[in-house]
Amino acid sequence: MSNSCSPKHPLDNILRTDLIPHIWCPGCGIGTAFSASLIAIQSAGTDLTKTVVVSGIGCSGRGAGYVKLDSYHTTHGRAIPFATGMKLANPELSVVVFSGDGDLFAIGGNHFLHAARRNMDLTVICVNNFNYGMTGGQAAATTPSLARTSTTPLGNPEPPFNLPLLAYASGATYVARWTMLHTRDLTQSIGEALARRGFSFIEVLAPCPTGYGRRNRQKPIDSLKLYQEKAIVKNGANPAEVILDFKQGITLGKFVEYDKPTFSESYERICRPHAS
Amino acid sequence: MGFVFMQPAVLTGEHFINGDSACAEGALAAGCRFFAGYPITPATEIAEQMAKRLPEVGGVFIQMEDEIAAMAAVLGASCAGTKSMTATSGPGFSLMMENIGLGIAMETPCVVVNVQRAGPSTGLPTLGAQGDMMQARWGSHGHYEIIALAPASPQEFFFQTIAAFNLSETYRLPVMIMADEVVGHLCERVIIPDPSKIRLQSRPRPKGRKDRFKPFHPGANGVAPMAHAGEGYLVHLTGLTHDEKGYPVMTAEAHSEMVSRITGKIRANLSKIIQVEEYRLEDADVALISYGISSRSSMAAVDEAREQGMKAGLLRLVTVWPFPEDAIRALAKRVQCLITVELNLGQIHMEVQRCAGGMAPTLLVGHAGGTVITTARILETMHAGSGRG
Repeated sequence: MSNSCSPKHPLDNILRTDLIPHIWCPGCGIGTAFSASLIAIQSAGTDLTKTVVVSGIGCSGRGAGYVKLDSYHTTHGRAIPFATGMKLANPELSVVVFSGDGDLFAIGGNHFLHAARRNMDLTVICVNNFNYGMTGGQAAATTPSLARTSTTPLGNPEPPFNLPLLAYASGATYVARWTMLHTRDLTQSIGEALARRGFSFIEVLAPCPTGYGRRNRQKPIDSLKLYQEKAIVKNGANPAEVILDFKQGITLGKFVEYDKPTFSESYERICRPHAS
Repeated sequence: MGFVFMQPAVLTGEHFINGDSACAEGALAAGCRFFAGYPITPATEIAEQMAKRLPEVGGVFIQMEDEIAAMAAVLGASCAGTKSMTATSGPGFSLMMENIGLGIAMETPCVVVNVQRAGPSTGLPTLGAQGDMMQARWGSHGHYEIIALAPASPQEFFFQTIAAFNLSETYRLPVMIMADEVVGHLCERVIIPDPSKIRLQSRPRPKGRKDRFKPFHPGANGVAPMAHAGEGYLVHLTGLTHDEKGYPVMTAEAHSEMVSRITGKIRANLSKIIQVEEYRLEDADVALISYGISSRSSMAAVDEAREQGMKAGLLRLVTVWPFPEDAIRALAKRVQCLITVELNLGQIHMEVQRCAGGMAPTLLVGHAGGTVITTARILETMHAGSGRG
């Protein structure tokens, strides 16, 4: 229900305003990553009725519920294969997967690897808040070593994934990492990903004060300060060398961008040689 | 566009093919243009046939990384407007259960084929069974209705695949074909009719203003029209409990309404969905109840019993789910004995017992799988049941 007294928000036309307020906590970074995505989608100049947002489960997974586009909130970890079917059934669609680190890289990790390997024409935006926020702050595949979460009360004994390296090694043809503080760079990256063909991956670091921050002495403002102070912007950096360490530094930038045939292009050429 | 070489989607004529191939041809004849799957014995031949045939008819085949992904891709493709299918066997069927539930909740038409092998677990990969019948009914969590068919021959596999698509489109849900290894691998004559003789159904489609469209507002038969991604309806679909707009609502009332809708659309149309076949049942004292490959042993047993002077007949379940409760009840009232014949230790048998409700004694001929049930074993039980044992 929009209030006629309040000014119209610039994103109102692609928001389901009747579902606002959203579920995200005060200080959460998902909203900013979400806004950047919507701004990029809105500015892409493409037919919005042909743009689809697919999410999995989790806090970021609720993104699909707030966007006034065709939007599908699927099962935990399965946004990418669902999006794969959608893209193959209707190649005219621009398909954006917006989901979280737990969804895309733990339960859905295998699907990510294979969609990247196929160079499936999808834009995958991963909000990495270092933990499972929706369920109250458990350790994820992205939780830094030694960090405290509700399932690692004495500190995380496991190392985290390096997501850009994982994406690159799997075959992603566009790989970038930003924080939600770097909104202009982030928005630009998403715009670039939308404009190109192939599997594009953008990692967005975002604070989760409720789940992660309060157990690791990171108030929202502390996280933002770290994002500012520790950021090392290094476009074109070797994904094997990008770091994500709140003490040493956080490598940000567009690391990878190259062209190779998408799944659909290869399928057309190899599996349908007699057509066209 | 130059000259386009396309194979016909419907290979009209007489063929000598196995059940799996007949299923693939049935899918193409039904208008299926997307298949996502993962190799598994004894269903692999369906994927292989679709990999070859789909690109010939303008469709897409993709081999996914597992059956979870295959089922997700099938739902995505269907939501984008393409008739879609996957095929698997027990272990893969287990993995698909998660997204079959999503298909139920999002009311997404698609077909899931299970060419059953003997389980549990890896079981007997190359040998047949009918042990997944209850999994088909209740394998995904929560309460819902499902439609499942069981083919007894390659020819019937062909026609049931078309029927499964028609049912899934009409009622907007994943429809299962519960075949088995024997029917899947059996080569027999399959007659494929002319396309003009094949009746196809399509999902109900929205009319009227796009901005007022509610994705789950049911039509006359309880089924809501379906808008596809990219058509401008700007739909939101979720596996969360949702209202008619598709919006999540976290209340017991909304949940009751949604579950009533997705179960009600099936319960309200049982007579249109359920198909059974009676064989020599007119004057029968002993009635066999069977489906799939076991119904063929049963039919032979009926003939032999008749030759021996026993009044025997067979009720063959073409549709297994929703369960043909009325047909079983009616039968229980007029025969002396009901005998379920199935390749498990009594799954559909429990349903038969439930419906018979004590009106007639119920017996089971079944084993854990790995070989078909012999006519001799069925006859033995028939004699016991008719009091001639």
